[in-house]
Amino acid sequence: MAQLLPHKDVVIMGLGWTGAILAQELTDAGLNVVAIERGPWRDTASDFNIGYMPDELRFAVRKDLFLQPALEAMTMRNDVSQTALPMRDYSSFLPGSGVGGAGVHWNGFNWRFFPNEFETKTHLTKRYGAKKIAELQLEDWGITYDELEQSYDRFEYVCGTSGKAGNLKGQIVEGGNPFEGPRSREYPLPPLKMPYASTMFAQAAKELGFHPFPLPASNMSKPYVNSLGVAMGECTYCGYCERFGCANYSKAAPQTTILPVLMKKSNFEVRTECEVLKVNLRPDGKTAKSVTYIDAAGREFEQPGDIILLCGYGLMNVRMMLLSGIGHPYDPSTGKGQVGRNYCYQTQGSAARLFYEGKHFNPFVASGALSSGLDDFNSDVFDHGPLDFVGGANVSCGTSNGRPIGNRPTPPGTPRWGGAWKKATAETYQNATAVGAQGSSYPVRGNYLDLDPTYKDRHGRPLLRITFDFPDNDLRMSQYLSTQLAKIGKAMNPKQMVVSHAAKGWNSVPYQTTHNTGGATMGAKPDTSAVNKFLQSWDVSNVFVLGASAFQQNEGRNPTGTVGALAYWAAQAIRERYLKRPGALVPA
Amino acid sequence: MRPWALALLLVTTAATSARAADNAPVSPGRYQAVLGDCEGCHTAPGGKPFAGGTVLQTPFGKIVSPNITPDHDTGIGGWSESDFRRAVKEGQSPGGKRLYPAMPYPAYAMIPDADITALWTYIKTVARVRHAVESNQLPFPFNIRTGMAVWNWLNFKPAAFASGAGKSADWNRGAYLVTGPGHCGACHTPKTLLGADRAAALTGASLQGWFAPEITSAQPRGVGGWRATEIVTYLKTGWNSRGVATGPMAEVVEHSTSQMTDADLSAIAVYLKDVPAAQAAPATALAASDPAMVAGAKLFQNNCVGCHGADGRGEHLMFPPLAGNATLLQSSAESAVRVVLAGAQAVSTKAAPTAPSMPSFAWKFSDAEVASIVTYVRNSWGNAAAPVTSESVGKIRTTLREGS
Repeated sequence: MAQLLPHKDVVIMGLGWTGAILAQELTDAGLNVVAIERGPWRDTASDFNIGYMPDELRFAVRKDLFLQPALEAMTMRNDVSQTALPMRDYSSFLPGSGVGGAGVHWNGFNWRFFPNEFETKTHLTKRYGAKKIAELQLEDWGITYDELEQSYDRFEYVCGTSGKAGNLKGQIVEGGNPFEGPRSREYPLPPLKMPYASTMFAQAAKELGFHPFPLPASNMSKPYVNSLGVAMGECTYCGYCERFGCANYSKAAPQTTILPVLMKKSNFEVRTECEVLKVNLRPDGKTAKSVTYIDAAGREFEQPGDIILLCGYGLMNVRMMLLSGIGHPYDPSTGKGQVGRNYCYQTQGSAARLFYEGKHFNPFVASGALSSGLDDFNSDVFDHGPLDFVGGANVSCGTSNGRPIGNRPTPPGTPRWGGAWKKATAETYQNATAVGAQGSSYPVRGNYLDLDPTYKDRHGRPLLRITFDFPDNDLRMSQYLSTQLAKIGKAMNPKQMVVSHAAKGWNSVPYQTTHNTGGATMGAKPDTSAVNKFLQSWDVSNVFVLGASAFQQNEGRNPTGTVGALAYWAAQAIRERYLKRPGALVPA
Repeated sequence: MRPWALALLLVTTAATSARAADNAPVSPGRYQAVLGDCEGCHTAPGGKPFAGGTVLQTPFGKIVSPNITPDHDTGIGGWSESDFRRAVKEGQSPGGKRLYPAMPYPAYAMIPDADITALWTYIKTVARVRHAVESNQLPFPFNIRTGMAVWNWLNFKPAAFASGAGKSADWNRGAYLVTGPGHCGACHTPKTLLGADRAAALTGASLQGWFAPEITSAQPRGVGGWRATEIVTYLKTGWNSRGVATGPMAEVVEHSTSQMTDADLSAIAVYLKDVPAAQAAPATALAASDPAMVAGAKLFQNNCVGCHGADGRGEHLMFPPLAGNATLLQSSAESAVRVVLAGAQAVSTKAAPTAPSMPSFAWKFSDAEVASIVTYVRNSWGNAAAPVTSESVGKIRTTLREGS
């Protein structure tokens, strides 16, 4: 029997980026907030200790900071004809665990989506006709870029983002991304110092008539004090960002931006190593009354609250909705139901690997988001009229790390082990770079999330089942992008070049990207979205579902910036609308 | 009740209470508690305000601060104002029980009775907490409180504050705050074998595993070279361009100085810059070729430059500078060695909330390695101080291990 705890105004599941943002904003509004976090407390000095953080074996290979499948596993299959099996290890994507969540171990890319991407269905239908996107299940997000601009701005200034604006209030600015939506002001910090490979790439791209720019990085190019008064250190270009917590306070994470202020507040509390089992609804199913959670000693508690915020990783939010009966599960055979709908990923795999002789790329001088890139082939920047796909990719060349175990590029034909391999890795280490394409992932009817009928977790709850394969549209996009990469690669004059693109059959074993989106999508209509434009559940009005689960589709860009912006957007809606008049903010 | 109805109710009540607590005007009595840093000892880390329980490690043994909330059974709810005044200013609680001078009554004796009345008025209003504390955990013979009568006879000369002849009002206010309620000497003034102040006030002293640095007009060991505004910034925020408050000083900044008025902080600065420096021969820097310096330089390059910089300048509000850092220039390297071994966290204040931390390196470096690193930073970039021995590092390591 769960022990009933004293009431709180707000109960948050998960203390990563969105949980920290919502807690900060709602405690500022005077509410009493508790965050219930499954993983441990994490702090820079004790957990990302500079003395042992650069331990590649422990953190990058053995994935010390990530969610372990013993705690929560998932099953996967490529389509409904297959029987899903549990992933025995997280490797295609790596969900975070513990305070800070995935915000601890990201690279730091802090992008905005383009204005047209919030209205993709309307935009593409208008430009190319409905037939062009008939095989896709695209929807508008129910929100516009202009509505979200201030929230993007807030997240970038909390994070201390290094970059160069390409569009300031409608004025195109030389050196930035000319295709981006208008920004109300410049980035908080100038771009990071570009490494040699990125400089070569930018020069070649410019000569080809493209528009390279430094990618937006929440790695500090200079010492920074953020909008909450929290200071961050200048990046040392050590290259231990992705899969690591930053030991130098140089990468934006909840720990380095919000928690120092939040943790001091008397109206905030975090309970770590406590796992939410279920959101409990009232008998009419229209509001939630509490969450049930279990602590590290196995004791069950019921925590009542007026507002329940699902701030876990997107996949966990969707599972929690399904486990709690919030909204209607999506059924791919009928296309009905919303929870689990429009699960998307990221179409990686398009790359041109370049090999040289006599270069010194110094890949160890690196930072997570240290890249030069271009959007000439992203989104709908280029004309898809004569092409057989929609969507695109950001094309980039950067130096995110030169770590000794994982970063061992070798030219094709090199043996996988032995003396010849050793010789090749030694020769190639300083002589290899790559131009990559991070591609969009568009929804189709058969890609979705639901509860697995067979496999259960340690508490006896069904695991989440992922049914996903790369849609043909996205594969055609990847193929097209690889031809563009080859052009740029060739202009960079390598001795040897190897070009690849994505292929059918999503494989959950090799690492691809931790950009899982959708499943609890936002929209203007309750039949094609699980939450409204304020990320409020259409069905249970005091539950808000934060994170990339709200994305109707994933674009050719990292999702964190949009996740952060949507969190500020939802927080503002709760403060300015919901608290004044609790209930559905948008009539269903 | 419908959740939204409850939400409405809570928004109004919670909003007013949470915000009010953060921005409440400070009462005169509360301000006396700030000046006296009462919470520094009487509020345990993570504990309820004034409920006691903080352990003070003294050379004589362990003393635990008592509960001074108005709880009748476990606090001071049964006291009268005169009981309170006698305890604060004379070190005697009701029934004639003598307090140990860990309670700085020799300094508090200077506080005028009117201010004690204000403080008493405030203390009566703090939330009652039922929390029984066994304060006296000293070993024999120090656990016999009557011994304090002899100590007082030898060392306790209660006196009202005496103004300095020909000194400014600021200087006098500063002198009063530093030597009276602020009881800075409790840490910063060297002690006799019996734990009484020695004559060389504020010239630095070892306690609780730290070396409280000299805060006289000395240069560069003291604050003689600091601008008055730098002293004010340090006390208000925990930071200035020369260093950061950590260890016991972090608690002082948190509970006391960060809440003082700028006028009082300026007065403290004026006074400290006029306190006579300790008599000490100027140190000469070790040669860069010294084997300890060579070893230290190598270790520093590989482990410390990421934050503190190759030039030892650090980064404002993040990583304290090592060049010119007074903590490194004290006669004792105890604090520097401790920070390398155990790590340290900066204080978090409204003006500087970050509270960055230095991680622990005890697991990574041998005593000899710590000794050479600390020797190196004490003797680089214009710094000069005596080298550190492996043996002294070993002693501190043992103390830290036993304390944890």
